[in-house]
Amino acid sequence: MRWFVLFLFVALPAWGESVVLGLSQDEIAITTSFDGSEILVFGAVKREVPVPDGPELEVIITVAGPSVPVMVRRKEKRLGIWVNTDAVEVDQAPSFYAVATSGLLRDVLRDTEDLRYQISVPRAIRSVGAPMSITDAPSFTEALIRIRSDARLYQLQENQVAVDEQTLFRARIELPAALTEGAYATRIFLTRDGQVVSSYETSIDVRKVGLERWLFSLSREQPVIYGLMSLAIAIFAGWGASAAFSLLRN
Amino acid sequence: MQIYLPIAEVSVNAYLLLGLGGLVGILSGMFGVGGGFLMTPLLFFIGIPPAVAVATEANQIVASSFSGVLAHLKRKTVDLRMGCVLLVGGLIGAALGVVVFNYLKALGQVDLLVKLCYVVFLGVIGGLMFIESLNAIRNTKKGKVPTRKKHNWIHKLPFKMRFRVSGLYISVIPPVLVGLCVGVLAAIMGVGGGFIMVPAMIYLLGMPTKVVVGTSLFQIIFVTAFTTMLHATTNFTVDVVLAVLLLVGGVIGAQIGTRIGVKMKAEQLRILLAIMVLAVCGKLAFDLLVMPSELYSVGAVGGH
Repeated sequence: MRWFVLFLFVALPAWGESVVLGLSQDEIAITTSFDGSEILVFGAVKREVPVPDGPELEVIITVAGPSVPVMVRRKEKRLGIWVNTDAVEVDQAPSFYAVATSGLLRDVLRDTEDLRYQISVPRAIRSVGAPMSITDAPSFTEALIRIRSDARLYQLQENQVAVDEQTLFRARIELPAALTEGAYATRIFLTRDGQVVSSYETSIDVRKVGLERWLFSLSREQPVIYGLMSLAIAIFAGWGASAAFSLLRN
Repeated sequence: MQIYLPIAEVSVNAYLLLGLGGLVGILSGMFGVGGGFLMTPLLFFIGIPPAVAVATEANQIVASSFSGVLAHLKRKTVDLRMGCVLLVGGLIGAALGVVVFNYLKALGQVDLLVKLCYVVFLGVIGGLMFIESLNAIRNTKKGKVPTRKKHNWIHKLPFKMRFRVSGLYISVIPPVLVGLCVGVLAAIMGVGGGFIMVPAMIYLLGMPTKVVVGTSLFQIIFVTAFTTMLHATTNFTVDVVLAVLLLVGGVIGAQIGTRIGVKMKAEQLRILLAIMVLAVCGKLAFDLLVMPSELYSVGAVGGH
């Protein structure tokens, strides 16, 4: 298990404070032995004036994988067997999405602010227009969230951001093994009374490295060479294993 | 030890893959079948995307059949002429199969197609094999000698060709058609098709048993190699890391299986194989008939 530490200093600009950012590591390498990872998001609110009175400062951290359109299909019983029938295309759905908050999401974020910044899991998914024949389009989006939540690809972690003295905050985001490549947008929101008072955005680069990278790009860019190579490697491995076995036997 | 598969984009246990390869290898060594029809469904069960499982299995079959063909060529138990005729059908069939596969993938029906193919073919072949071997066991108990029909409708077809090694003078239409069917199956189901070709060669074409396995392996190598290339260039779903892991387990398993196989009687082997084929068929049919726990599935747009 690797640790990726993001040092973030998030400021409230209206009060003349500055943003200082230090990333100890902003890249996650998918190697052959990749088995999931964990990011530690760690930061501070830097201010030159005293902490304002009133509601407590709350922190929301989101990590989103690359968004791509996905097709959600539903099975129905036809002629005695279960067959995919209706399908709804969800225009944009992140391959991974985690929300960590310092309190219950409904307490730290108002609906209007959620709508504006698209913070909660259902808001991060964009689905416009299902085919006319489908009357219950929302159930498809719900199914998408349910399936991905079961696979730990979509996570809502309430009360998982620790905030000290309204200044220091930290949270762990767990990344599953089945991760796709891309830039993972990481957003930090500071809220008071459910209103976003400041936000900061950076990205974590998740990419395959070494052998993984090489095989993947070869298979996409030079599929003929990749195919021939796969055949050659497989034949050689098969022949080698059987030759080794018969050597052992003799 | 977890290993991240670069094309399948999932992380699986490497020992599990080696073990699966070994287990299927033992069975394929015992029964003299490729084992693709067992491996592909097993890969579905451990969470490999079906498109990757089918394409990678084709790649693995090429390699696992390779050493087998070498051995048969050495023993001169390959009818090269018959193999080439079967191959012509096989290549056309594989191309057709990949077109159908990609079309249904776009419709979101590829899982259903693959599973239905399995249920139908495994059901028919398993059933026939079961009845046949039961009869054979009964006949040997009665002391009857099994007879092979020398002439049937196949001998009335045109375009006859002489196949010396098999000692046959028959039309090329049936072997081409057999090859074609096997090619389609190789592309859609990720199998070599030996489980269909071997019975077809014995019962339909009337080939002598000793050249059947070598000749079918010869055809399978080229058809599955072609299928691998088609999947690699159109779907990008061949995972070489997965193929190699399955292969190493498979080759070692096959050597052990062959040793077990020679200690058993042919009829017993055949009835065991029939039961296994029917069991896989039953499991897949059950999954299609029973209401799934999750009615929804998520796939890429325009693909699986």
